[in-house]
Amino acid sequence: MSYLKPLFRHPKLPKNKLGYTLKEYEGSLSTLCAGCGHDSISAAIVQACFEMSVEPHKVAKISGIGCSSKTPTYFLGNSHGFNSVHGRMPSVATGASMANKDMVYFGVSGDGDSASIGMGQFVHVIRRNLNMVYIVMNNGCYGLTKGQDSATADQGSKSKAGSINPFQAIDLASLAIELGASFVAQSFSGDKQQLVPLIKAAMHHKGFAFLNVVSPCVTFNNNPGSTKSYDYVREHIEATSTLDFVPEMPEIKASYEEGKSTRIALHDGSLIQLNKLETDWDVEDRISAVNALQQARVKNEILTGLIYVNTEWKDLHETLNTYHKPLNRLDESELCPGEQNLQAINEGYR
Amino acid sequence: MKPTNTQDPEYYHKVVDCQYACPAHTPVPEYIRLIAAEKFTEAYMVNWESNVFPGVLGRTCDRPCEPACRRVRVEEEPVAICRLKRVAADNKGDVKKHMPQGPFEPNGKRVALIGGGPASLTVARDLAPLGYEIHLFDEQVAGGGMMRSQIPSFRLPEEVLNEEVNFILDMGIHTQFLTYVSSLKDVMEKGYDAVFVGTGAPKGRDLPKLPGRKEGDKHIHIGIEWLANVAFEHTKAISKKVIVLGGGNTAMDCCRTSRRLGGNQVKVVVRSPFEEMKASPWEKEDALHEDIEIIDNHVPLSFEVENGKLIGMKFQKVKAVYDENGKRQLLPTPEPDVFIESDEVLIAIGQENSFPWIERDLGMEFDQWGMPLVDELTFQSTLPKVFFGGDAAFGPKNVITAVAHGHQAAVSIHLFCEGQDLRNRPSPYTNLVSQKMGIHEWSYDSSVAIDQRYIVPQASKKLTLKDRKKEVELGFDVATAYKETQRCLNCDVQTVFTEDRCIECDACMDVCPTSCITFTVNAEEPDLRQKLLVPAENPEQDLLVSKELKTGRVMVKDEDVCLHCGLCAERCPTSAWDMQKYFYSVTKAHQMQAPLPQIQK
Ligand SMILES: Cc1cc2nc3c(=O)[nH]c(=O)nc-3n(C[C@H](O)[C@H](O)[C@H](O)COP(=O)(O)OP(=O)(O)OC[C@H]3O[C@@H](n4cnc5c(N)ncnc54)[C@H](O)[C@@H]3O)c2cc1C
Ligand SMILES: Cc1ncc(C[n+]2csc(CCOP(=O)(O)OP(=O)(O)O)c2C)c(N)n1
Ligand code: SF4
Ligand code: SF4
Ligand code: SF4
Ligand SMILES: [Mg+2]
Repeated sequence: MSYLKPLFRHPKLPKNKLGYTLKEYEGSLSTLCAGCGHDSISAAIVQACFEMSVEPHKVAKISGIGCSSKTPTYFLGNSHGFNSVHGRMPSVATGASMANKDMVYFGVSGDGDSASIGMGQFVHVIRRNLNMVYIVMNNGCYGLTKGQDSATADQGSKSKAGSINPFQAIDLASLAIELGASFVAQSFSGDKQQLVPLIKAAMHHKGFAFLNVVSPCVTFNNNPGSTKSYDYVREHIEATSTLDFVPEMPEIKASYEEGKSTRIALHDGSLIQLNKLETDWDVEDRISAVNALQQARVKNEILTGLIYVNTEWKDLHETLNTYHKPLNRLDESELCPGEQNLQAINEGYR
Repeated sequence: MKPTNTQDPEYYHKVVDCQYACPAHTPVPEYIRLIAAEKFTEAYMVNWESNVFPGVLGRTCDRPCEPACRRVRVEEEPVAICRLKRVAADNKGDVKKHMPQGPFEPNGKRVALIGGGPASLTVARDLAPLGYEIHLFDEQVAGGGMMRSQIPSFRLPEEVLNEEVNFILDMGIHTQFLTYVSSLKDVMEKGYDAVFVGTGAPKGRDLPKLPGRKEGDKHIHIGIEWLANVAFEHTKAISKKVIVLGGGNTAMDCCRTSRRLGGNQVKVVVRSPFEEMKASPWEKEDALHEDIEIIDNHVPLSFEVENGKLIGMKFQKVKAVYDENGKRQLLPTPEPDVFIESDEVLIAIGQENSFPWIERDLGMEFDQWGMPLVDELTFQSTLPKVFFGGDAAFGPKNVITAVAHGHQAAVSIHLFCEGQDLRNRPSPYTNLVSQKMGIHEWSYDSSVAIDQRYIVPQASKKLTLKDRKKEVELGFDVATAYKETQRCLNCDVQTVFTEDRCIECDACMDVCPTSCITFTVNAEEPDLRQKLLVPAENPEQDLLVSKELKTGRVMVKDEDVCLHCGLCAERCPTSAWDMQKYFYSVTKAHQMQAPLPQIQK
């Protein structure tokens, strides 16, 4: 068993704007099961951060408990990380974001971590529109505790032991839209071509960006009859659009078929270029997005791609009108109100 | 691209860069692992089976394997393949008992070998166990050819050479030393079933037209003749001031030998720029270390003789200019000619073949340069019974090439004597075995050491310059050798892919440290090479392409910088990837059981 990844890399590995290669964005060697979908999502995060030339020290990864929540050890080894308590990632992320608004926050969670024990926190962080990327690595089971059905397991899905799940599944994407998430996307761990640009766009979205990524658990939920297996997902996946993320204000050169292509401008001037394959809903219209999800559900399809985006809602910092600087960069003159102001404040409480 | 045919024995062979580059295709990583396990006898035998002279080659090989070593493509220096071979030879136990044991049952066929160098000795070794009666003729006093007459003792101690020559001669070879063969016709008339010519390239080039050559003759020597005279102790001293002409390995041996026989102002004068000299970089380094001056860009003009005595040489200064095709020309510079003082001159500017003893009316065809026409595959001449090999076949090369020729000539001679088609050659001996020991465990050491190449220690100059026979290199000690073995990437442990098992989870692609693996839509080779995670821009290295997978894509692996770390196989949930050791032993007349299971503990 190898615990260490060899240090040699391809001598012609491309470099990004910062002069870094992928290596600078990798973490330690994964200890997840071989073939776990979560590892592919980690690789997509590495790829996205490399391509966006983010400075690793400006990223924080926060997670709960589960195989999925272990993954931050396996990517962005030069970034900050906090492995919190089961289902409590959102509150730690909220605290961190409040203290330092200048970082990119990756919240990494599982379907168990978010849809069961952490549901309360999940709901409220959406409601507050915290500026973060929230990824659920969704395998329909509690992988870490040996594969019990989770709340996202589809009704009728068969477990490895042969039992059929009698309960309805929580549809995290619909729920997120319902609760007011400002960016909602679905994808599949086995489709990096779609996942990488989605992660990039999510990082640039100001506000809560939710990514529900189906990620097969090879060890406990990849059996025939499971609706979260590699084979089932590949057969039922419906890619609705192809997506390009354009970091700087573009001249877009690629030409797309008239009427099928939409551009969405994000707060920082970057663009999402959406090339629709199916035109039956509008990603900027909440009702039509929810409709599309419900219809897909009836047809046993897994809708992937960008489902919904709203660039107008205020994120938590704007809502609370917080100071423009991170707390760790405030100096004495900003922190100390001065004798006079202090007096005045104290007076106010008398 | 079509799916790769890994059934072709050459596909995986080519992945083992060092072995593929070795003319005799020595299973390098196999013996390196045995050295790491301190199984020196076994390591020696893996070498011996393949290259016949491990002790000699571990000291003197031209090492074409090293520039080919995969390690060079991921860091600076290759594995010290050659010097590790010596470690096996230095520490081996009783190897003789693992060699074919005579007396062999005669098969009634007789073969004559003319010349006793590495080529002939290899033929002898491969044919003797099959029952051939072998007669070896050499004009020297003992076997070994130029390994004895040319390679100086400070690089190759005589005991090492004797031991390995005797391993072969002891197999019941009939030797006739001190016997110059002056007529091929006579040999042919003795009714041999086949004749092998391994007479080398024995003629040293001269500069007959250079002014002063005749007048100074007493103090001007042909390098290889002079080295042979030193080796056989006819020459025991040289003057203080010596000029050596030439820039190849012979020049390096001449200058270093001069330093040991009394020369204390030894200068090598060469026409080409220093960097382009033919000598191996390590030979040049060793010469410089022994205070020998190397003067480059000087073309000899004349030998200067005064009162019948050589006083030095005149040279013209040149500089190298290159045309657009990179072809070099040496153009004179305006600087004045240079006079260099010397008492003796050694001419080491190359060797040639010469076959004055082969009658031209026997039906053997020669080309315009007097070289016999020899088939490159079968080593047969146009006289069907007569085969060539070593330097005699295609001009001067080196020991390992002579050995490689010897193996192939022996195969041909055997086929010929059995009345079979020489072109229908037996396949190489190959074997592909999984190295899996447990879920994530391999029977080879899959971790990749980042250590830089270790340096072989040398004896002090004070000692070595006093005694021509004192070996300069001391060889690795066992502890350092172990560290060096860990640098080897085990390129023979192949990444074997079985497409029907692949579930396309991408795990291998994600984990591969050197980005070798890509799942993509198939295309023609040039396009496919560009489409990979990192474009495959080294055309010398193959792509491993799978059949079409379920999603319509193919798996493409660029063999170029694969570290054989096994991570792809460790991360594969379905064992679609497996690490399998490929053993390849080139076709031989007598194929020893390989990889020698009888001595693997
Ligand atoms: C100075 C020098 C240093 C070298 N150093 C190295 C080195 O470090 N590493 C390396 O790999 N290679 C080295 N070589 C090259 C290497 O020695 C030869 O390539 C190799 O020995 C060729 O082997 P062979 O079997 O073809 O013939 P040779 O080794 O040349 O043997 C031919 C034999 O045939 C005998 N012979 C010739 N004609 C007749 C005849 N008519 N009758 C009877 N006997 C005859 C000769 O006496 C000789 O013994 C060196 C060569 C020279 C000149
Ligand atoms: C407070 C608490 N309750 C229960 C557990 C046991 N537990 C560990 S991981 C896990 C479920 C994880 O499921 P999920 O988030 O889907 O992660 P996966 O392993 O599937 O990626 C549970 C219930 C725990 N660690 N802590
Ligand atoms: S148990 Fe399942 S989720 Fe956990 S590492 Fe293994 S495959 Fe992945
Ligand atoms: S790394 Fe080892 S096996 Fe690979 S080419 Fe070099 S010596 Fe040969
Ligand atoms: S053995 Fe596999 S993982 Fe390791 S370098 Fe080669 S292809 Fe990549
Ligand atoms: Mg889960």
